[in-house]
Amino acid sequence: MQTNETPEYAIETKDLSIFYGAFKAVSDVNMLLEKQKITAIIGPSGCGKSTLLRAFNRMNDFVPNSHVTGEILMRGQNLYGSNIDPVEVRRSIGMVFQKPNPFPKSIYENIAWGARINGFKGNMDELVEQSLRGSALWEEVKDVLQKSAYELSGGQQQRLCIARTIAIQPSIILMDEPASALDPISTLRIEELMQELKKNYTIIIVTHNMQQAARVSDYTAMMMLDKEGSRSGTVIEFSETKRIFTNPKDKRTEDYVTGRFG
Amino acid sequence: MNPTDNHYPTGESFRKSLNGRYRIASIWQAIFFSALLIALLSLAALLYNVVDGAFGYVAFEYKNDPTEFTAKPLDDLNKQELLEILQTNLSSGAYTKLDNEKTMEKRSKSVLYTLVLERLIQVDTKKTWSMTDSILRGNEIKAEVAKKYPEAKLEFRSWLTPVFLTTPMSSKAEFAGVRTAILGSLWMVGIAILFALPIGTGAAIYLQEYATKNFLNRIIQTNINNLAGVPSIVYGMLGLAIFVRALEPFTSGSMFGITDTNGRTILSAGLTMGILVLPLIIINGQEAIKAVPDSLRQAAYGIGATRWQTIWHHVLPNALPGILTGSILAVSRAIGETAPLIIVGASTFISLDPEGPFSKFTALPIQVYQWTTRAQTEFHAIAASAIIVLLILLLTLNAAAVIIRNRVQRKY
Amino acid sequence: MKNTIMENKNFRPLDLKKKMRPGESVIQSLLFISGVLSIFITVAIVYELGKEALLFFNNPDVTLTKFFATTQWQPGIGLFGIWPLVTATLTTSAIAIFVSLPLGLAAALFLSEYATPKARSTLKPILEVLAGIPTVVYGYFALLFMTPLLQSIFGESVQVYNMASAGIVMGIMILPLIASMSEDALSAVPRSLREGAYAMGATKFETSIQVVLPASLSGVGAALIIGISRAIGETMIVAIASGSGPNFTFNPFKAAETMTGHIARISGGDLSYNSIDYTSLFAVALMLFLVTLVLNLISQVVVERFREKYE
Repeated sequence: MQTNETPEYAIETKDLSIFYGAFKAVSDVNMLLEKQKITAIIGPSGCGKSTLLRAFNRMNDFVPNSHVTGEILMRGQNLYGSNIDPVEVRRSIGMVFQKPNPFPKSIYENIAWGARINGFKGNMDELVEQSLRGSALWEEVKDVLQKSAYELSGGQQQRLCIARTIAIQPSIILMDEPASALDPISTLRIEELMQELKKNYTIIIVTHNMQQAARVSDYTAMMMLDKEGSRSGTVIEFSETKRIFTNPKDKRTEDYVTGRFG
Repeated sequence: MNPTDNHYPTGESFRKSLNGRYRIASIWQAIFFSALLIALLSLAALLYNVVDGAFGYVAFEYKNDPTEFTAKPLDDLNKQELLEILQTNLSSGAYTKLDNEKTMEKRSKSVLYTLVLERLIQVDTKKTWSMTDSILRGNEIKAEVAKKYPEAKLEFRSWLTPVFLTTPMSSKAEFAGVRTAILGSLWMVGIAILFALPIGTGAAIYLQEYATKNFLNRIIQTNINNLAGVPSIVYGMLGLAIFVRALEPFTSGSMFGITDTNGRTILSAGLTMGILVLPLIIINGQEAIKAVPDSLRQAAYGIGATRWQTIWHHVLPNALPGILTGSILAVSRAIGETAPLIIVGASTFISLDPEGPFSKFTALPIQVYQWTTRAQTEFHAIAASAIIVLLILLLTLNAAAVIIRNRVQRKY
Repeated sequence: MKNTIMENKNFRPLDLKKKMRPGESVIQSLLFISGVLSIFITVAIVYELGKEALLFFNNPDVTLTKFFATTQWQPGIGLFGIWPLVTATLTTSAIAIFVSLPLGLAAALFLSEYATPKARSTLKPILEVLAGIPTVVYGYFALLFMTPLLQSIFGESVQVYNMASAGIVMGIMILPLIASMSEDALSAVPRSLREGAYAMGATKFETSIQVVLPASLSGVGAALIIGISRAIGETMIVAIASGSGPNFTFNPFKAAETMTGHIARISGGDLSYNSIDYTSLFAVALMLFLVTLVLNLISQVVVERFREKYE
């Protein structure tokens, strides 16, 4: 998968708009997301951050009457093309959710399950260990692998969810406010983990916490309702994180990151 | 982790295995759906089976030739002529007895016609056929009848007729009706609801509005949930032991000077059924009361209402549609229940209308049971007709419940 | 005109002392009695069934050895082996569960995981209709539809009264109950679990069977237990279609009388109150009550645990 060398872009959106029925939730997003970088999506609540994120692995398919216009391109293939299989998309674009949602199975099975359904042929024990090491959880759980995942703490559960995601070896990981339900120490560990993960993966993270965005991300997309009175969100500014926080082009971004807005 | 360690199928081979997974998924989806289809087909088969039994060809012979009584064809006789035939041909004792039950002149033409057939001409049913057979094999049936029963007449009959609804029991399927059974069912359900609705609603109010979370109240709640799952036949045994036997002086009416019955009366059956539906009424009542928003109660308390004033003026009126729906469901449960009535001792053969709570009685499902278990197929035909009556009754009740429920849903 | 509403009320006499409200207390007592009555019903059931059952077991001819270790039941002529009634109950119930559990669970999976809201709102009422049909009607259906059907498939070996047709039709009767309870359990599984599975590249089927179903297993288990309890207590279907007369057999094509069917048949006649036949019925009914009580209690506990897990 890593063999066919491509430009530095992992994924790209072209005039992407997302609709729920007639309601346009997100309009005209154009972004080029760089490989092995962390891109944060920030903005006030209700502006469509999660909707945009969920468009990348076609999770919005489960919302009745939802559809998109425009394109999301991953190595030249439009994820919403007619010949594209959503299961394949999700296989190569993993996702970590806002609240930890381990399966009601053992810690081991939580990781092995996804690998198994995706046809993993290698050594499962090895894969479980590698994934848990990859999410910095191995040392804590190596002796209790057969215990229910529900016995772990919230932060551990979230790292388990990251472990099960990297076990299926996606190339992009989506994170939907992955630390919002966690305490500060667990949050820190997740943030450290993200820096570790970006050596191998492209990460897109939605967060409402601007400090977090500033700390962890390389690029930041600022989303906002596109005009006064409208309910459609759009990306109003997208550039290097440093720039967004120190020298934004858009007045609204400046107001938001300095706390004068919303 | 070393990303080149890739043990996952890629490209074409992954696509191939994915197609396999999709195939399995759609096979199972079809299996899941077919389970619903089977349920649907069972329902259709059940309904069809009932309708199939209630209509069809019947071959019968007259024991006595109609020409012995009248020169005219039977169908052309008017009411007066029928009355005269009965008067001249029935023994005077039998006629007086009929007249005492209900004045002969006041009876309708169709009832008199049935009496002539039943008492004088005397129909002897030879064989019956189901609706499907009658339609698909009409000619074969005609040939069979001509060969086997040369004397018999063959007619396509609906066993479910207006007369069937209005005539009492008879030992002959052709003349039996469900009048006494319908009346018995109505009496019984009436008593059951009169007993269970106030107590059930009271218990629901207590549990929702007064009960604190203590041991006793938890026991009461668990106990009610359990009572809802007790087999109906056990309630029948309870009714037999308490109402029929222990409280016989009361339930038979001998306390009140009625002497001709034992404890196996409508009252016993009604009370037994009341106890049976009580948990149902309580649970539904609780749901209805729970659905009343708390803000309403607080508003009432806020202007100085006492607890009961709040309940009586605000909670109950708003919970009423839900309580009503629950009662209708309880009624339809009580109408369909059979086993407790058998235990409490519904009589199977009664030709007199029940007169009050101390009468012996029969009920619709009891008649269905009795007639279904008879060997002669003509009884199966009237069992099917009685089932149709029963189902229509239940359908009407449930439709009423659904309408009330929808009204409520619109309100909140 | 002077507006009295707007006057200063501080000069009005104020009395905040507790007041007796006899009406309120009477009503509260009446409501309490209504609530407690349900306990009396349970006590009455246990007492009445227990009293007569005790009379039965106190009969010098009846011994526990006879009751549990012999296989003929004719209390009128001194045969007290309960087994033929028990085996018939077990056989018909097992057939009913064999029919209703897979069908009910499959229907529940379809309704909760696959059906669109619109399809669900048309399909569920049909199940409710099935659940609302009186059991005596199912009895008619078993005797006059299912038995001839079985006879046409399996031939002469199927007796006119047989446990198979009663059991199958009982399964159809229980199906809506299991389907609706299982569907409740499946729908209670949080959406985040499904999303987690989808995000791993699982198909809908893999998600339903390998994630949602295991997560709702205790709820489905409760449905199964209630289904068993319902099957054991069901009377009319077996009374009509399963046969009249105790018969020690597990052969589903043979006639045999269940515990409930036996009570219905014997008590249907004119039964004198102090006979051994009369008291024996209460012994059977007591067994029935205790078994279903235990099953219902287990199911309640399971449902309660399940609810706590996701709330």
